[in-house]
Amino acid sequence: MKLHLWRRYKFCASHRLHSAQLGEEENRRVYGKCNNPYGHGHNYVVEVAVSGPVDPATGMIANLADLDAFVESEILEPFDHKYLNEEVAEFQENIPTTENICIEIFNRLRRFSRAKLERVRVEETGLNSFEYAGEPAGAAHER
Amino acid sequence: MVYLTRKLEFSASHLYHNPAFSAEENRRVFGKCNNPHGHGHNYVLEVTVAGEPNPATGMVLDLKELKEILQREVSDRMDHRFLNYEVPELAGQIPTCENIATVIWRLLENKITSGHLHRVRLYETPDLFVDCYGESNGAQSGAPSIAGDAR
Repeated sequence: MKLHLWRRYKFCASHRLHSAQLGEEENRRVYGKCNNPYGHGHNYVVEVAVSGPVDPATGMIANLADLDAFVESEILEPFDHKYLNEEVAEFQENIPTTENICIEIFNRLRRFSRAKLERVRVEETGLNSFEYAGEPAGAAHER
Repeated sequence: MVYLTRKLEFSASHLYHNPAFSAEENRRVFGKCNNPHGHGHNYVLEVTVAGEPNPATGMVLDLKELKEILQREVSDRMDHRFLNYEVPELAGQIPTCENIATVIWRLLENKITSGHLHRVRLYETPDLFVDCYGESNGAQSGAPSIAGDAR
């Protein structure tokens, strides 16, 4: 039976969309209000899907306490109530768009050892969301 | 291919307990879910059927018919029930979201009269849900049962 276990988490953080490869005017044109030099924030929602055999002794793909603890240490603790551009090393180079946040979360959670990470979905607001399921086998996973 | 999804809510109680574990191990593994009195959830079920619309009706599957199937197979069995004791399909299994979704998939799989069952998504809470896609990946078959369970 093919099953995906989904768990939803939330964190609040600020960011600024600004590309060092673009001029000031171009940045304002591309990113609009998101280019505000003071940054701005969102209530992010992260949905994580893992798969694996259901342990007959527990009825579980993975114990939620294990998954919650891993997501807490890898994502929520470093991201929640932070300014992503300055306080998360990966976003000092990568622009913290929700695309890049989604990929970064996936790459961090791939290290979860109790089940296979299938997919990450991130909502920046209730009106937009992004999903990432890694690259096809053989392609580079790390950016 | 068009994917049609129908939603259903049911409320039920359950508890997690493996008789092969010691009392302490049950509490450690299952935490609050091991409360012997049980506890409950408002489950939300989303059933997705895939198919081509019938040119004569414009429908993949008549929603009235799907609603009746879900009422008969899921609501009548599970709504306002204690899942451990009142749903025979879950006997000998821990009624986790994984196992309930699998049972619902098996109950519905052959009852869909037009199109085919694509996905069963079961929310235990808004923050915890399971997607079941059946045996499409050739994974294990047969319902897992609790090791050492005599129920």
